[in-house]
Amino acid sequence: MKKQKWFYSEKVREHFFHPKNIFRSKKEIERFKADGVGMVGNPACGDIMKMWIKVDKKKQTIKECKYQTFGCASAIATTSVLSEMVKGMKLDDAFRITPKDIVEKLGGLPKLKYHCSVLGDRALREAINDYYRKTNQLEKIVTDSPIVDETLKITERDIENAVIEGAKTLEEVQEKTKVGISNKKVIPRVKELIKKFKEKHGIK
Amino acid sequence: MRISYLDNAATTPVDKRVLDAMLPYFSEKYGNPGSMHKKGLEAKEAVEESRKNVAKLIGAEPDEIIFVSGGTESDNLALIGVANALREEGKGNHIITTKIEHHAVLDTCKYLEEQGFRVTYVDVEKNGIVNPKEIEKAITKNTILISVMYANNEIGTIQPISEIAKIAKSKGILFHTDACQAAEYLDINVKNLGVDLMTLNGSKIYGPKGIGILYAKKGIVIKPLIYGGGQEKGIRSGTENVPAIVGFAKALEIAQKEREKESKRLTRLRNKLIEGIKNKIPNIHINGDLNKRLPNNANISFFGVEGESVVLHLDANGVCASTGSACSSHSLEPSHVIKALGLSDEASHGSIRFTLGRHTTEEDINKVLKKLPKIIESLRRISPIAK
Repeated sequence: MKKQKWFYSEKVREHFFHPKNIFRSKKEIERFKADGVGMVGNPACGDIMKMWIKVDKKKQTIKECKYQTFGCASAIATTSVLSEMVKGMKLDDAFRITPKDIVEKLGGLPKLKYHCSVLGDRALREAINDYYRKTNQLEKIVTDSPIVDETLKITERDIENAVIEGAKTLEEVQEKTKVGISNKKVIPRVKELIKKFKEKHGIK
Repeated sequence: MRISYLDNAATTPVDKRVLDAMLPYFSEKYGNPGSMHKKGLEAKEAVEESRKNVAKLIGAEPDEIIFVSGGTESDNLALIGVANALREEGKGNHIITTKIEHHAVLDTCKYLEEQGFRVTYVDVEKNGIVNPKEIEKAITKNTILISVMYANNEIGTIQPISEIAKIAKSKGILFHTDACQAAEYLDINVKNLGVDLMTLNGSKIYGPKGIGILYAKKGIVIKPLIYGGGQEKGIRSGTENVPAIVGFAKALEIAQKEREKESKRLTRLRNKLIEGIKNKIPNIHINGDLNKRLPNNANISFFGVEGESVVLHLDANGVCASTGSACSSHSLEPSHVIKALGLSDEASHGSIRFTLGRHTTEEDINKVLKKLPKIIESLRRISPIAK
């Protein structure tokens, strides 16, 4: 059969139509008995991601990573890829996964779609922090970078990463991070941060 | 697999009769209408004949028709051209439009605001129809232009154009309507409507892309946006797109001749689609008035799912539709039209538009009714917010 035309990469097609590790019912969620749960996003920006993890407590690694999503094809595909990437990974390492790592694994995304992938890694960090909270390892909860946008849990470091990756304007940073899309009152602060990080990294 | 193309509000295929009318004007009758020789005169004749036919179809005079590159240019020309001309005359600087206009009007209005004009964006009712009284209320002594679309491109709602025209006329204000979506199904006689300026384009009426008109009533001064060889009475320079002009005239002729029959046929199919979806899928919302609506439009929000995912699953099943979700737009914002109805962001992101057309059959509707419930169900199963 002739290959049908498709908007995204082949890898996105595969993960969108056949997402890995996704929850399809409440029963599956109950049976899973998650060690940590994280959720980010809201309907205003069009994407919501919820993530559940099982942790190997001795090795401090992720045994399994499951999720549900209200989102577009790239949100589903990026999270599907992420859920495979983190299997067996140390919690510390999983915490450091960036949107760029995920997008590279997927063979790229259209520029405007880049922001969707931000949800998976963020939901995962929320789930890991939730695990630390539940197991009373509060010292491990990483809040090393101040949160700028509470709705999406976007930190100063996320803004800095976006700037380092070439975003120069508020719109370009929003394309990468969605910061301030629904939470518009943070925009002045974001603008300040963009200016600060551009100066810091000598970007004109 | 037969493709069920239910996105005719995005664009329509060129009708075979239109294509046949156009073909001689590419390599055979290729002249520049501005030339004095035989080849030029041949092309000029085709352009003027088309202008005459278009004028007749909309109840206008030939010299009230300006050929442009499409609906977007026509909207730009109407708004910017008239606003600038009136400003030069020392008239007011206030424009009225609605919140559900096409971006070709909305973004042009934003540009005019940057140029010092003041714009009022009037709300619509919950059913997606503007109340003429609200337009009247927005009028000030500085108002120079009102622009309200005839039929909405997303939800198909038909606006009370002749009522608004009466208000505008009584106050001596120019009235423009974008009738791109209406021309296939509604009466577009400018005298019946009472409009001063009207936008039409080819690609929504089974004509070619890249062609449209601005109807501008005699006496209205328009500052050009494009300067050059002085074609179209100097209002729109650039060598005329002869094949497209011929195709546009033919397309409009067919559309207006067949509109009543086609409206009847599509209303039945469209209603079958909406009723079927209502019966098979829970937790939905039909967007826009069900009666004052184009016969080919169905726009439905499916709560708990995101529109782009639905569109891509439909595509994989051989159905072409579109969504108001931010994820499929060039911006990061969801549909301004669905939001203007007072619905939630979730409703905007989960809205799907089906627009039927000349080639739509019962089989296409049956296919959607068979495939869609499964798609919605499977996406709701993986959604953290579906009920």
